Amino acid sequence: MRIRIRHEITQRFEPGTRNMAVTVRMTPRAHEGQFILRWALDLNSDCRLHPQEDAFGNLCHTFSVDGPADHLTVCAEGEIETQDTTGIVRGTVERFPPSLFLRQTDLTEVDAALAALAADIEAPADDPLAQLHALMVKVHETVEEQDGPTLADPLSAAEAVKAGTACAGSIAHVFTAAARHLGLPARHISGYVVPEDGEEGEGEARHWAEAHVPKIGWVSFDAGRNICGTENYVRLAVGLDAVGVQALRSTGLDVEERISALDGRAPQKLAQAQSQGQN
Amino acid sequence: MPHAFDEMSSTDGAVRPAYETLQRWLAEVPQDVLDHRRKEAEFIFRRIGITFAVYGEQNAQERLIPFDIVPRILTKDEWTRLSRGLEQRVKALNMYIKDVYSKREILKAGIVPENLVYQNPAFRPEMNGQRVPHDLYVHIAGIDIVRTDPDKFYVLEDNARTPSGVSYMLENREIMLRLFPELFSMHRVAPVENYADDLLATLRSLSPHGGHEPNVVILTPGIHNSAYYEHSFLADKLGVDLVEGRDLFVKDAVVYMRTTEGPKRVDVIYRRLDDDFLDPLAFRRDSVLGVPGLMSAYQAGNVTLTNAVGTGVADDKAVYSYMPDIIKFYLGEEPLLPNVPTWRCREADHLKYVLEHLPELVVKEVHGSGGYGMLVGPASDKAQIEKFRDKLKADPANFIAQPTLALSTCPTLVEKGIAPRHVDLRPFILSGSDKVRIVPGGLTRVAMKEGSLVVNSSQGGGTKDTWVLDA
Repeated sequence: MRIRIRHEITQRFEPGTRNMAVTVRMTPRAHEGQFILRWALDLNSDCRLHPQEDAFGNLCHTFSVDGPADHLTVCAEGEIETQDTTGIVRGTVERFPPSLFLRQTDLTEVDAALAALAADIEAPADDPLAQLHALMVKVHETVEEQDGPTLADPLSAAEAVKAGTACAGSIAHVFTAAARHLGLPARHISGYVVPEDGEEGEGEARHWAEAHVPKIGWVSFDAGRNICGTENYVRLAVGLDAVGVQALRSTGLDVEERISALDGRAPQKLAQAQSQGQN
Repeated sequence: MPHAFDEMSSTDGAVRPAYETLQRWLAEVPQDVLDHRRKEAEFIFRRIGITFAVYGEQNAQERLIPFDIVPRILTKDEWTRLSRGLEQRVKALNMYIKDVYSKREILKAGIVPENLVYQNPAFRPEMNGQRVPHDLYVHIAGIDIVRTDPDKFYVLEDNARTPSGVSYMLENREIMLRLFPELFSMHRVAPVENYADDLLATLRSLSPHGGHEPNVVILTPGIHNSAYYEHSFLADKLGVDLVEGRDLFVKDAVVYMRTTEGPKRVDVIYRRLDDDFLDPLAFRRDSVLGVPGLMSAYQAGNVTLTNAVGTGVADDKAVYSYMPDIIKFYLGEEPLLPNVPTWRCREADHLKYVLEHLPELVVKEVHGSGGYGMLVGPASDKAQIEKFRDKLKADPANFIAQPTLALSTCPTLVEKGIAPRHVDLRPFILSGSDKVRIVPGGLTRVAMKEGSLVVNSSQGGGTKDTWVLDA
């Protein structure tokens, strides 16, 4: 599938701000089943972009806004060709062995309720793939996905279980936390997803999880939607939790994101952007 | 508990040679003179304001660390042996950290278990594959040493993050020189005053680029930090700027300091701020103490952070137990300074032994410091031991255990006169790109309570001036 993406983030600062450092993770990498046809980053401000690769192999850019400025707009736009790989992710840049991804973070700490959830799945302990599928179902049943993405300030895994409803990123926290607790390496993925054929709605930015299965490799699990990744998914960045894959990190005020992800084969619709706020 | 070795008098009552002059002097000087001098020392400490905040105390007010006026004496031979061992240890620590963040040979060789690195909270994935200037990570190390007999020194703990206490070493000497000039004229004591010069030379040598005189700054979390006194003290001694996060900014991956004459480039940051708070764009988002973008400048190789980010992966108490193997692996040498035998409760057979022998062991938290959350078996009652047993069983990987060592004692001035008290020693090892520098001595900590083995200042421990005799 050919997918066209436009991702615009506006970060507001205190008026008159100078020398504001910013890091963005808004450049996807190619791997099996994901080819970057074209991709470009654009800033509204005149500054030098420093391309860097973070510890997980994500492509980042750091820059500083000289100012005085009261906002900054970053826009990533491009086209990606995807193929269905039945959720198996191969050919990615890996900087760590899978065992690193057993590492829990503040957002994936396991409390008693989460441990109980992990213990409650019905699958043979010697079949990690079955365990992970059972876990995905379990998480999907336990935490209901809220309308609209709120990628900015996701709940921790424990908070999401307690709340019973959460955004996709928080549900990914529940999945990764529980998988790691079961001794299965799991990680947090940011990216975009376009609706399935015949499905209503628009493309959006989305978070999901990947877990490592011996002999197979990394497999994607979107517990919010209870499916493994398809050709409708574009993978952007990998990390240990939502903060690690955050598209834009700075120390300004609030942020507004406008995202459109379209099926590039379809006749061009008017790109209806979704907006979301964060603090 | 076995009888402790006293550094002044051997078991047969004879005075050990290094202490002969001091012992004679102590015998001659009346008690009230000593008491008077001690009061004077306290007065000076208060006036210069060298204080220390104890976390968790109700009003967390600053207090003085008790200073004992009787110096601790090491001979030149003892010190030479010690400093060789320290140098070896710090060299191995640096090689280990480099390896853990690059090729991971030691994990592949199966010497250190993977999960001890990857699941270690102090491991920083962000440092993976990152070259640091001069391949050095631990530029300022504090290695805690204990002694059990005339020949045996053990390493008790490695401090590879931001070891503190050096200001006490320097102040203690200054006060001793002022109060007891006659004692110094009777001994040839190796100087410690050049520590500031050594530190500055070390920091300058670590600059990421040659060419111009490197600009060195000390980054402090601010006046509310328990070691703030030390930060300002060192900035003063080194003649460098003491800055807080908000005084620095990053532009095009270069760090600058805001000055009245405009931005000034910064090359080396001696940071006394924990990794977590360094850069809100890379670590804790809510940190207001750090510098946004600092890690991008660090990654670009435009600034040196001392110590490097992520050095904590080498100094927790579980990794400590592997240090002899780590030294052998990288240097092909036997450790010159042995470890205290350590049981890792994460391993089933070790845990079994520890649970069976709790009353005789010291059990510590892997990431604990400051003497909090530990069990000293012989000094605890049954209820305390049983309570700790439950804690240990609940999370064995979080604990290590060691035999209760009979730490050496040194003569100390207490209420009733001179009496032996247990001591340890924290020497400071500086690793520059040019050489390793160690000021003779270090900080001697003393447990002021009779029989107590806990020397941490947060637990009421005091300090002493440490003398290395030049002849």
